[in-house]
Amino acid sequence: MKNLTGIKNRIVGSRYFSFGITLTLFVVLYAVGMMNYRGFLKPQVFCNLLIDNAALIIATIGITFVLLIGGIDISIGSVVALTCMTSAKLLAETGMPALLVILLVLVMGCVFGLIQGWLITEFNMQPFIVTLAGQFFARGMTAIISRDTIVIEDPLYTSLASARIYILPGGFISVGVIIALAALVIGTLVLKFTRFGRNIYALGGNETSAQLMGLPTKRTKISAYVVCGFCSALAGVVYSLIMLSGYPLHAVSMEMDAIASSVIGGTLMTGGVAFLPGTLLGVMIQGIIQTFITFQGTLSAWWTRIIIALLLCLFIVIQAIVSRSRQRLNSEH
Amino acid sequence: MEKLKKITSNHLFLPLFALCLLLVFNAFATPGFFTIEFQNGQLFGRIIDILNRASILVILSMGMTFVIATGGIDISQGSVIAISGAVCCYLIGGNGDGTANMPLPVACLVAVLVCAVCGVWNGFLVSKLKIQPMVATLILMTAGRGIAMLITEGQNITVYYKPFTYIGGSLPGSPLPTTIYIAAIMVLFVVFIQKKTSVGLFVQAVGINSNAARRTGLKVSAIIFMVYVFSGVCAGIAGLMESSMIAAADPNNAGLNMEMDAILSVALGGTLLSGGKFYVGGSIIGAITIQTMTTTLYALGVSSEQLPVYKALVVILICLLQSEKFKNILEKRAVEKAVKQG
Repeated sequence: MKNLTGIKNRIVGSRYFSFGITLTLFVVLYAVGMMNYRGFLKPQVFCNLLIDNAALIIATIGITFVLLIGGIDISIGSVVALTCMTSAKLLAETGMPALLVILLVLVMGCVFGLIQGWLITEFNMQPFIVTLAGQFFARGMTAIISRDTIVIEDPLYTSLASARIYILPGGFISVGVIIALAALVIGTLVLKFTRFGRNIYALGGNETSAQLMGLPTKRTKISAYVVCGFCSALAGVVYSLIMLSGYPLHAVSMEMDAIASSVIGGTLMTGGVAFLPGTLLGVMIQGIIQTFITFQGTLSAWWTRIIIALLLCLFIVIQAIVSRSRQRLNSEH
Repeated sequence: MEKLKKITSNHLFLPLFALCLLLVFNAFATPGFFTIEFQNGQLFGRIIDILNRASILVILSMGMTFVIATGGIDISQGSVIAISGAVCCYLIGGNGDGTANMPLPVACLVAVLVCAVCGVWNGFLVSKLKIQPMVATLILMTAGRGIAMLITEGQNITVYYKPFTYIGGSLPGSPLPTTIYIAAIMVLFVVFIQKKTSVGLFVQAVGINSNAARRTGLKVSAIIFMVYVFSGVCAGIAGLMESSMIAAADPNNAGLNMEMDAILSVALGGTLLSGGKFYVGGSIIGAITIQTMTTTLYALGVSSEQLPVYKALVVILICLLQSEKFKNILEKRAVEKAVKQG
């Protein structure tokens, strides 16, 4: 019997247990969808999940870096809006080449993250309050640039926005999805194989020990916020490809969706535990729920919020159980 | 010099200083800022207006102060405001002939009770399941507006029942808006609790070191639980006021981002966001200051969408002034200057 609980603890405490649950949930939800709605059988429905959520996937990658070090960034949605607005304004009024605009807004995102990270680490400020200020600032700046919609009519943007890349027979994805998936792969590799990635895990696991080991904790922390700022800006570029406009109320509370996706995907809010492919599934699960509600037709959109909150709740409770099992596993050895 | 330092290091200095600065600025920039007129048995004027709007924030920030003092945070307050308004307006009903389906006190009481249940849920997650406060309240923040929608069946309910508007407006024959009275009663209640019981001390002990507090025999989880329930009740009362002001339930926009303003008020009042020592008086003045700033900026022609930029700068400034390291840098500068001068 003792052996059995040992095995149970080992499975539950395993690094990929959370990922396993998310994957199972995704497959089950998709299977239920296929059984109930014929539309789910079309490959395009699956591709649409990716297309509609490309920006959210990138934002989730960014927030995962920050959550890993035990921080938080609630400025993401506003930075996305600011990026859309800045690119729209620059394209509409300066005639700058589109590529240069994209480069500029990406740099802007990095600088935004750098300032936030610097304030947090240098002055020991609370990440929540600093990024709250960041959120206010970016959202307000967006409105200062323009309070009305600015349409993007740049040929490069419009052609990228309408491009269809067929990956399945009868299923195509957009350029945004390619960018999102590339970001996901790069992010996973960076976390897994680079010194920076390992430092992030070490820092999130236990900051004091990381410091005692001589790891550059300050630099790593700031870098995590820079990565998040960059990802927000990149998500903004992808978002502007979908919306083809700048508007002060774009992507409101996207950061909360990103945090929810990340947590559903197995990220521990206390830091130190995350698996990027899991967070992709976290986003996809939210997408499936939305698709369900669209197909169902009679349910209103706000059911999505309630169901996502329930899922969030479920996964947080699972996390509590997982960390308890892991502690038991550690005490056995 | 010593005396000056003593004054500036007081926790009330920063919010009061900011408030005075704003008032002095307004005295010059906004003509008729301080005029209060007496019309039809009611007082009118910008100051009254500010106090009226600030009452909501004062109540919210008091709830938030206790939560933050335990080292937590409650980001679901805005959604709970929406729930409160939705419940109350649903119970009264949007009858066009101005009648109510349910007596007003009952509807208000039920709404506040529902919000207390929301607080119970948050408190349960944080104190029993030991989930981080930010994540735990994120759940209700996400679901709250959906729940409010569920109650109002996806519509904004407009209430034509006249007495409902008394909560956010003023009672017939009363010179001041009702909101100010409600806020004053809440303030007195909190002051009473703090002076006559040791609840404040307990909350502070939990915030400084919950482990130590537990070992000295405090029921830490019960205290944390109560703090979130109180925050829920505060949000509920604020929600009644908010929906009464527009005589409608607006699940999408009621109390949107209000929790952020409440957190800001608490921070401005000198309470550290990491918990521990807290200053209810500071939070109250902080709330009034924030509202004064908002009104001032509106008067200067800043639109509501652009307002956040200024708030952001204030947040960063407050946090910098609170940060130990920044203080050290400033002090070093001062010492160097003194040395140079001989």
